[in-house]
Amino acid sequence: MKNKVLLDKKAVERTINRIAHEIIEKNKGVEELRLIGIRTRGVHLAQRIKQTIEGIEHISLPLGVLDITMYRDDVFKLKSPELKKTDIPFDVNNITAILVDDVMQTGRTTRAAIDAIMDLGRPKRIQLAVLVDRGDRELPIHPDYAGIIHSANPEEDVMVRLSEVDGKDEVIVVAS
Amino acid sequence: MNWTKKDLLGITELSKEEILFVLDTADSFKEVSQRDIKKVPTLRGKTVITLFYEPSTRTRTSFEIAAKRLSADTINISASTSSYVKGETLRDTAKNLEAMNPDVTIIRHSMPGAPHMLARIVDSSIINGGDGAHEHPTQALLDLFTMREKKGTLDGLKIVIVGDIIHSRVARSNIFALRHFDSEIVCCGPPTMIPPHIEELGVTVEYNLKKAIRNADVIMMLRIQKERGGVTYIPSIKEYSTFFGLSRDLVTNAKKNVIIMHPGPMNRGVEIMDDVADGPYSVILEQVENGVAVRMAVLYLLLGREA
Repeated sequence: MKNKVLLDKKAVERTINRIAHEIIEKNKGVEELRLIGIRTRGVHLAQRIKQTIEGIEHISLPLGVLDITMYRDDVFKLKSPELKKTDIPFDVNNITAILVDDVMQTGRTTRAAIDAIMDLGRPKRIQLAVLVDRGDRELPIHPDYAGIIHSANPEEDVMVRLSEVDGKDEVIVVAS
Repeated sequence: MNWTKKDLLGITELSKEEILFVLDTADSFKEVSQRDIKKVPTLRGKTVITLFYEPSTRTRTSFEIAAKRLSADTINISASTSSYVKGETLRDTAKNLEAMNPDVTIIRHSMPGAPHMLARIVDSSIINGGDGAHEHPTQALLDLFTMREKKGTLDGLKIVIVGDIIHSRVARSNIFALRHFDSEIVCCGPPTMIPPHIEELGVTVEYNLKKAIRNADVIMMLRIQKERGGVTYIPSIKEYSTFFGLSRDLVTNAKKNVIIMHPGPMNRGVEIMDDVADGPYSVILEQVENGVAVRMAVLYLLLGREA
């Protein structure tokens, strides 16, 4: 089966721009905002959202990097998944944390990320931004900002490719 | 890479890639110990036993803290308060503990090979916390972690190990680990305390401390292993200290940014003087801090191994 392109380079850019605008609008400003990207591609998406918001609001928006491996509910089903560093260079108490991830499916990654952040302090609120919501939830968790919603078949894989790691920007559906 | 080993019995059984994998994993765990809430749920529901037949402050506490920060349950058994004093054999103790389904047992024993024997008879993971004068793998891993953190590399360094090499499992495990890298390893101590043929491990021997530490990047001081008869290998403690004790004056022969390491416990005034132990080059307490991160990494990797 041929890969189906859901978003091309230009569409990825527009979608990220829209998410950035929605984040500013919904929070009525950016003073308490802190971005937290979930490794790997969530970090690069968060970086782009940060640049967009900074361009609009003329402020500097802090960005943290979160590795959720230690908090996964399937950590030992994955056979020693490689750990990467968590680096959140700001106090999470009383902030509005915007969690950023590439694809949302079951909600388990988000659950792990919320637990990881809660262990660092008590944010005022946590919101979730994803580029693709592919449905098929197993936990009652939903994004506050979704780039596109695509209900993929179980035998399909939705992949986000970003130039920082994959050499090009696109969102594609591949038969798994 | 994927971790496949059930046990950590010694450095000799680890590849260079596995050593680096432990260090990289430890790098990620170090952050947990710097938080206000020093706990992650990764090993929830796992049981870790420390079974120590030799005294220990650092290693046992470090393993316990590592396990607890990963949310595992820990049980500590030391020989003096166990059925060992009633005559139970190590084998029977191990089999009985195994019947309670622990996930990892860390054993320290004066007999080399004791952890290896346990690994053959139990299904849970065994970690060698020091077996006689043989190996102390987690100490070497935390030493390499500290060297890499301080020097940015494990290649191109001059590393000098000084003291009772012949009785030192720390020296042995460090040499086994460091020889994977492109660094110069020098062993220094009285001739009676340098094992014959140690050059075959790729190290050089220098009996003069001042010469040995010239241009050194890392100096690792070891204590005399009194429990293994170390004092009978030298004329007197005082003489040993005169020739092999590290003073501030001597340190000036090393590189300006040298780091001084010691696995502890230190015998101040014997192998290391106060102004060195507490001086600006000392990373001795950082070794202890890093030990927790490295042991978290080892527990994590062994329990998540690929079956």
